[in-house]
Amino acid sequence: MKIRIVSLLASVAAGSVLASPAAAQHAGHSPAEPQQSAEAQADAKTKCEEEAERHRAMGHPVADGACEPAAQPEAAMDRSQMDHSTMDHGAMTAQDGHSGMTMPVDAARPQALPESHEGMDHGSMPQGKPAEGAMDHSQMNHGEMGQAEASSSMDHGQMDHSQMNHGETPSQDRQGMDHSAMQMGSDDDIPLLPPPPEAGSGPARAAVAIWGEEAMNEARRELVRETDGGMRFWFQGDRLEYRAREGKDGYLWDIQGYYGGDIDKFWFKSEGEGSFGEPIEGAEVQALWSRAIAPFFDFQAGVRQDLTGPERTHAVIGIQGIAPYQFEVDAAAFVSTKGDVTARFEGELDQRITQRLILQPRAEIALSAQDIPELGIGAGLDRIEAGLRLRYEFAREFAPYVGVSQEWRIGDSADFARAAGEDPSVTNYVVGVRFWF
Amino acid sequence: MIAVNRRKFLGAGAGGMGLLGLAGAMPAWARGADILAGNARKGLDEISGPNIDLTVARSAFATGNRRGGAIAVNGTIPGPLLRLQEGTTVRLNVHNQLEEDTSIHWHGLLVPFQLDGVPGVSFPGVKPGETFTAEFPVRQSGTYWWHSHSGLQEQAGHYGAIVVDPAGPDPVQADREYIVVLSEFSEMSPHTIFDKLKKGEGYFNYNQNTWTDDYPLSGEDRRMWAKMRMMPTDILDVSSAAYTYLLNGHGPLDNLEYLFRPGERVRLRFINAGAMTFFNIRIPGLPMTIVQADGQNVEPVEVDEFQIGVAETYDVVVTPGAQQAYTLAAESMDRSGMGIATLASATGARAAIPPLRDPPLLTMADMGMSGMDHGSSGDAGMSGMDHGSGGDMAGMDHGSSGQSEMAGMAGMSGMQMRDTSLLPPDVKVGPGLDMVSMNPVDRMGDPGIGLADVPHRTLDYRKLRALTPHREGRTPSRRMEIHLTGNMERYMWSFDGKKFSAVSDEPIRFAYNERVRVKLVNDTMMAHPIHLHGHFFELVNGAPADRQPLKHTVILQPGGSAQFDLTADEPGDWAFHCHLLYHMHAGMFQIVTVANPDGSEA
Repeated sequence: MKIRIVSLLASVAAGSVLASPAAAQHAGHSPAEPQQSAEAQADAKTKCEEEAERHRAMGHPVADGACEPAAQPEAAMDRSQMDHSTMDHGAMTAQDGHSGMTMPVDAARPQALPESHEGMDHGSMPQGKPAEGAMDHSQMNHGEMGQAEASSSMDHGQMDHSQMNHGETPSQDRQGMDHSAMQMGSDDDIPLLPPPPEAGSGPARAAVAIWGEEAMNEARRELVRETDGGMRFWFQGDRLEYRAREGKDGYLWDIQGYYGGDIDKFWFKSEGEGSFGEPIEGAEVQALWSRAIAPFFDFQAGVRQDLTGPERTHAVIGIQGIAPYQFEVDAAAFVSTKGDVTARFEGELDQRITQRLILQPRAEIALSAQDIPELGIGAGLDRIEAGLRLRYEFAREFAPYVGVSQEWRIGDSADFARAAGEDPSVTNYVVGVRFWF
Repeated sequence: MIAVNRRKFLGAGAGGMGLLGLAGAMPAWARGADILAGNARKGLDEISGPNIDLTVARSAFATGNRRGGAIAVNGTIPGPLLRLQEGTTVRLNVHNQLEEDTSIHWHGLLVPFQLDGVPGVSFPGVKPGETFTAEFPVRQSGTYWWHSHSGLQEQAGHYGAIVVDPAGPDPVQADREYIVVLSEFSEMSPHTIFDKLKKGEGYFNYNQNTWTDDYPLSGEDRRMWAKMRMMPTDILDVSSAAYTYLLNGHGPLDNLEYLFRPGERVRLRFINAGAMTFFNIRIPGLPMTIVQADGQNVEPVEVDEFQIGVAETYDVVVTPGAQQAYTLAAESMDRSGMGIATLASATGARAAIPPLRDPPLLTMADMGMSGMDHGSSGDAGMSGMDHGSGGDMAGMDHGSSGQSEMAGMAGMSGMQMRDTSLLPPDVKVGPGLDMVSMNPVDRMGDPGIGLADVPHRTLDYRKLRALTPHREGRTPSRRMEIHLTGNMERYMWSFDGKKFSAVSDEPIRFAYNERVRVKLVNDTMMAHPIHLHGHFFELVNGAPADRQPLKHTVILQPGGSAQFDLTADEPGDWAFHCHLLYHMHAGMFQIVTVANPDGSEA
């Protein structure tokens, strides 16, 4: 399918070329590659002058005024004035590199070149602009052209294309490479600078002059608030479960949530468990300030209040977040009002079996720096809990699960448990629900 | 060439589409008047003339099995097509019937900054019950669009098309033309969508890698991604789990038809008015010739498929004829769903609907490790390789990081996903930055996520050339670099590691008429459509300086970079932001200030 472009700005000198079917512009190229017209590059005046300079430096006569403003495209480059007859293309040894150039095959032969650019088929250059721009130099083997080239905006000296067979490279690849090479080179000429003094300084206030200080300040505040991610409330019931086990069945809750913005949050946690028909065995709440300190981790500090057993309040510091391999981890150290130091590490990992069926291994380890007999805690490793829960996410927010959870009391803690008539090793078969909102 | 009144065709076509959509196509259960009552009509009406009224109001919308609250302008979604004429002056009256502030940004139109419609930057916003009038000369032609710049209203239906007819002859001649406004509809309120994005990572992604998926990922690959705490399937934040994809407000079941006579040249003006969705556009059996990008004419490029980023526009010309009907498929980039329309030679004619293709995966190039991607054969990876053999560029020796070290994607040893020493000093390193691209190569030659290995012709930015040379030929006087930063897990997005709230008093400043080369570096694994208001910049895509394509929005491919040359010749304060609505909402926003010609501060 050919695009018909009619009456295209007659002032464009090469309008006749543009108006012709795409295939005609690309004689010698695959018609299926319209983007090849890229090779028909027109160039800006400055570029042209640079090129002219280079050619003068190379000993090629280039007429002054060869680069006219782009507004006069036909005159922009009087090709007949640009005599390349002394250009020794023979010095470019890898002649097969020329097969990638836009020149017709006969022009690509070195002996066909020494006339002038008139000798080349510039039919694919709609602007009649400097041929240097149109001739994609990066496709030529400039390896032999030495450092004289290196000072130009395109650092040919550093480009060793001698290993490339452009004749066989698909045109698309060639194009991609060539142009990025050119960009890279020219960037070096543009300094990385802060804005000049004329750019002004301070807050953006242009609209204030038109709409008034008060209205704009209010709107700006609203915009800042609106694009800040906002404050939000999150509540998660991570584990709310029924625990079937030897003896009396039990229950467990493990909830957490926050209110806050991206960096600072108020975080709360509560855990508790017990057996049906008995008083709650253990329950606690934590109130924490949580601060994002790394992409995947929050630092947390606050207090923990035990709701069962002897009166205890703890100071808490901890880290919560996501470790490499997607482990969700929560590590906290506690110092109680009695001076007891304990710590807890929790880790869980979501393994997606399908998009909605998720297997979650979970482990929790409790440590203590000292014996705490009234709490049944022994120094060292106190307790280990390992669980496996399989949940189905009916919605992301609502996922019932079944699983198994094994608890061990370790060392002195196990002794305390036995002394209290409890089994230091308990297997729970659990059914529960995980939800958040 | 047959002389055709475009407007007549468009009007008739659009009207027909609307009726069809309501009467014929809705599933039986959806035909009840109770459900449709109060619903916004599916666009697309056309308004022209020197004085145009736009009334923004609460509404409801239904398509397929989804229905919910919406915002409609003049009672339709999309709102009306504004047909303007270059060289005339237009008066646009925005009436706000919402109970909250609203605004309309004329996306791509060159207007005085105070009429640009961004609350907090260009004006205070339009209060409930009030009317805002923007009167300005229309000094360009092409395909553009308008949308709310207040809160998340755009997602709810507050958008529409703009076509400006040129003062002179149009270099693109067509027998008829149609508008294709791409967008999404969700039953969830936009604020709920944002809340879910903030709280649940991958909330809308039901194409995640699992134990039972078919993805071509080795165990090693999977462990590598898990180690990085990233997802290779993180292509779009919001999927068809929440969205029904719309063409001119029509869902896939709404039977949108574009009628043609065989052999006619049909111009399709594609506008991606989606909030979050990049689309892959195909018309199987029909090549498309790209003739315009972001409202600016380009040299014709024939493709079989192209990806359109959020806020971009592309005009294409097609010549249907061989078949009775063709399916226009607008597949979401994550391939979770598609919008459908039919190019039909007779009402009711249909063609096969192409099936959804397998969802794509992110590559090494998307991780900012171009040139190391020997595992997959994407275009992007190849360009990295080309650089390697092309020599020592920008001081990077790609050659030495080649095959020997990188047998596949999984050879992660020694690679740092967050080497902050690679960042310029003005990038703030904090929790809001979860990754730094190791080797952010220029990815202008990339057709977009998932299109690198399709077996047909695609579009990329390197194939765009301005149709006519532009006057600006100066070499930029300086360069600047802006990093796109984010944290997927926390859903924080920013420029240079700083949300707008951190830099709201420190705009990006340009002197009047200053020409600057801006390099954008994407230190995230998402594609971001970056939009600068009030200007067209030129993509530095290898074209000669005066043929660099003019655009108002540029897609930054994941882990890559892109450059544009900007002539800052529109004084005032302008918004500069990621056009993914929820990225902007999360902080990826800045103000660009261009000083006045007399040197005074704008």
